[in-house]
Amino acid sequence: MTALSKARPGRVVAWTLLFLGGIVMVTPILFMFSTSLKDSSQVFDLRLVPAEPTLDNYRTILEDGRFLRWFLNSLFIAVLATVSNVFFDGLVGYTLAKFRFPGRRLVFLAILSTLMIPTEMLVIPWYLMASRFGWLDSYWGIVFPGLMTAFGTFLMRQFFETVPDDFLEAARIDGLNEFTIWWKVAMPLVTPALSALAIFTFLGNWTAFIWPLIVSTRAEMFTLPVGLSSFSVEQSVAWEMIMTGAAIATLPTLLVFLVLQRFIVRGVMLAGLKG
Amino acid sequence: MRMSKRIAGNSFTKKLLAGAAFGIGLTLAGQAGAVEIEYWQYIFDTRVKAMDQLIGKFQAANPDIKVKQTTFPYADYQTKVSAAVAAGNGPDVVQLFYGWLDGFVAAKLIQPLPKDVFPGAAIEADFFPIVSAMKRGEDYYGLPTAVRSLALFYNKKLLADAGLDPNTPPKTLDDLVTMAEKTVKRDGAGNITSEGFALDMAGQDHQWWREVLVRQFGGAPYAEGDRKVTYGDAAGAKALAFYTDLQLKQKVGQLGFMDEAQAAFKAGKATFTIDGTFRLGAFSAIKGFEWGVAELPANAQGVRSNYASYFANAITAKAEGEKKAAAAKFLAYLSSPEAMEVWLKVVGELPARRAVALTDANLANPIHGPFLAGLTNAHTTMFVDEAAQRQITMDMVNRVLLQGQSPADAVAAAATAEQALIDRVTKK
Amino acid sequence: MHEAPATPGTERRAGRLSDRLTLSAKRVLWAWLFLAVPVVFYGAIRFWPTAEAFWISFTDWNLLRPAQFVGLDNYRRLLADPLFWKVFANTFLYLILGTPVSLVLSFAIAYHLDRVRFLHGFLRALYFLPFLTTAVAMAWVWRYFFQPVPIGPINNLLASLGLPAQPFLRSTLQALPTILVPAVWAGMGFQIIIFLAGLRAIPTSYYEAARIDGLSERAILWRITLPLLKPTLVFLVVFASIGFLRIFDYVYNMNTNDPGGPLDSTKPLVIMIYQTAFKSYDVGYASAQTVVLFLILLAISLLQLRLMRQPT
Repeated sequence: MTALSKARPGRVVAWTLLFLGGIVMVTPILFMFSTSLKDSSQVFDLRLVPAEPTLDNYRTILEDGRFLRWFLNSLFIAVLATVSNVFFDGLVGYTLAKFRFPGRRLVFLAILSTLMIPTEMLVIPWYLMASRFGWLDSYWGIVFPGLMTAFGTFLMRQFFETVPDDFLEAARIDGLNEFTIWWKVAMPLVTPALSALAIFTFLGNWTAFIWPLIVSTRAEMFTLPVGLSSFSVEQSVAWEMIMTGAAIATLPTLLVFLVLQRFIVRGVMLAGLKG
Repeated sequence: MRMSKRIAGNSFTKKLLAGAAFGIGLTLAGQAGAVEIEYWQYIFDTRVKAMDQLIGKFQAANPDIKVKQTTFPYADYQTKVSAAVAAGNGPDVVQLFYGWLDGFVAAKLIQPLPKDVFPGAAIEADFFPIVSAMKRGEDYYGLPTAVRSLALFYNKKLLADAGLDPNTPPKTLDDLVTMAEKTVKRDGAGNITSEGFALDMAGQDHQWWREVLVRQFGGAPYAEGDRKVTYGDAAGAKALAFYTDLQLKQKVGQLGFMDEAQAAFKAGKATFTIDGTFRLGAFSAIKGFEWGVAELPANAQGVRSNYASYFANAITAKAEGEKKAAAAKFLAYLSSPEAMEVWLKVVGELPARRAVALTDANLANPIHGPFLAGLTNAHTTMFVDEAAQRQITMDMVNRVLLQGQSPADAVAAAATAEQALIDRVTKK
Repeated sequence: MHEAPATPGTERRAGRLSDRLTLSAKRVLWAWLFLAVPVVFYGAIRFWPTAEAFWISFTDWNLLRPAQFVGLDNYRRLLADPLFWKVFANTFLYLILGTPVSLVLSFAIAYHLDRVRFLHGFLRALYFLPFLTTAVAMAWVWRYFFQPVPIGPINNLLASLGLPAQPFLRSTLQALPTILVPAVWAGMGFQIIIFLAGLRAIPTSYYEAARIDGLSERAILWRITLPLLKPTLVFLVVFASIGFLRIFDYVYNMNTNDPGGPLDSTKPLVIMIYQTAFKSYDVGYASAQTVVLFLILLAISLLQLRLMRQPT
């Protein structure tokens, strides 16, 4: 409050505008939740706070069973991709930052150059690969293209370069093998970067659409975004059901954010500046 | 898959326990007897329910065959089928729109029906003639359980609200326009809040325009087995103008209102919509919703037409040996009178066998009657690429509605585009 | 690797040498051991498919028929295809409308947010939240927003203010900007956070010196803040540009009954690729389209490298 009372009028205006802008930013999200709490007869009533809030839509959707399955599919895939990225991107980033060996520059440039290849160019060959090896409609088929990323590798390499060699040498003198040194000594030193990588990978896989859409044919294997898209087409006008589905897809990331806000914002800043 | 394997596994164990004395021969026979086939169709609530019932009855009568049903959203259905069959892991019996047949045959996704189970002469004697769209050369590639035609759906309450008799639907196109004008509701700013007629080119209106309106305005949509586009003339332009005037001149409807015509009608915000038999289930499910069905309006000279279509079931190229035999048996059941009655009751689609469809009870039925009447003067477009041809018709209407092109120019451009498409596809 | 010398007299020295060799060789071995799986992965999942995409673009493959080499036919067809040029123009419209609008808005917000102390974290959270949403979910929410009367909230608002209703997604002119609204909205949270980080990284001594020199706030913004933000700006411009050039989720979901909008007015390159490859199975033609996309993105990335290397 003191900050506000001391402020010049210009600052008060700026603050008010920022606040109003912020409200506009979250309105679609609020509207989505509010509509999900209305029954079909109240949808046309555009009040933000429903006159008679009901959880019926959520009940209907969860009883349908498909959403639960899609939710778990998405969760499993996002966790798997995150674990794999933290492990491999960390390992490769570390190797490229801390080892001197023939071919190092080549490997680094090769991995970096894949940043320039758009996913859209690869989906056709990936699809052919997946159908040739019978990976269509499988978790592996959805997750395999994203097990490692050049972005993550680059990010981790940047961070490992700031880790002093002395730490690692000390561990070598203690007789630890290289794998243990990386896992037990080096990795804990870059936890902020690892968490940034984890947040990005999880979010990216949780919201991914085009590849899961292409590779999954059976409803049991849909991820949440793919399921939501086909569910919404199927519902056509039942906006309250569509909003409920959308809310279910959005809720987990929002909840996680509310709990870990500072952490996530710092992670995004780190990744954005170094990546 | 896993489920039925477990069932098969259980019966296997039981047999082992109960009849160990019979030795290996019997258990092998028991295993071999449990043929599992897979059936695919797109997701549509009532169709899936009807199919569940049919599978139940079929399995009860044929304990040696298990049928597994898999469903996909309609938007992706064709893609998924082609992908899966091409990859060798698709269905044994598949449902396909008659208009996709050429594509499916060319891609070798399906095989001809075995002639011993499905003799051509019997098919021609028993089924509605539109089933011939499944014939290529001497071979039939599939058979429908049900056929569909179009009809005019009307909302009784909106008619009554406007002081019209809720039980007298329009008989002619002129009636339709007048009644739509009387029932449309607008707000102070002139925005439509309830449509007189729900326009939806992506829905069934493109069929209505092509096979019905064009003919009613004196033209013909196609010639030479639908390989030559002939609607690009004055009659086509008049038919298009009639349609686009509903939005531009009479302002009784608006393309995109509530996203889809059926949605607007379902929400009680459209007096009239043109839709097919398959929508009956969805509309009946709404409590307290008073609606009726009428035959498509005739023109001033009394000319009527209709568009009929169907989804057929076919045996995929991958089914061989005992799976093929099981698939044929299942398909025969799906085309039986019994299956057709179940389908009519659950989905509301008309039986594909004449004798089953044209009963006195069905003809007198206030809902099925108009659809059956429509079937008698129906045409079936032989699409080369249904989605692309529909898109051309949608674009044609959009050019008039959104870009102010004249109906004559729009219809000519559409005819050229569609002819080019047909030529490109048929040349391949 | 070197063979150990056989002469007995040098054995001791050689032993030490080979120890040393082994030590560094060991580390080389470890390095390659660590890289083994990733190298296979990048080879098989990134480089091989890239080569394959180029190769397929020279064939007439349609998934159901064996491929035949057709040279540059697909590229010729592309240049003659009016839809491609329409889509090409749309893709650039997304880019040249979306990038400046989102960056100017984000910068303005970040610039002021940076000076606000009161409830700073709360305000920042409001702006950041959209970044955490799922594009598919929000596409449907926004599609609902842009519906005509009587369902669409925005049109109802316009009607209640006595303003004419807008067709939005049903207009060949408005549909593309309409789809940009949620795309810009969802991307702003990230951009604001990055701008904030960039602003924080500018040493306060620069500002103090400028104030002592009597520069106005506006002059400080143009002469100090923006030049020092150049790396952040370049990063965000490239990041946003690539994002808009690859727009798919919003377009796909906001116009499902007429994919690509009325008369293809919203269809970007990636939707065309998707439809050509996975609706028409014209894989060869679709691959040629992906090569074009690749070249555009490559040009933009190279531009970034050049801009980054230029001295500030």
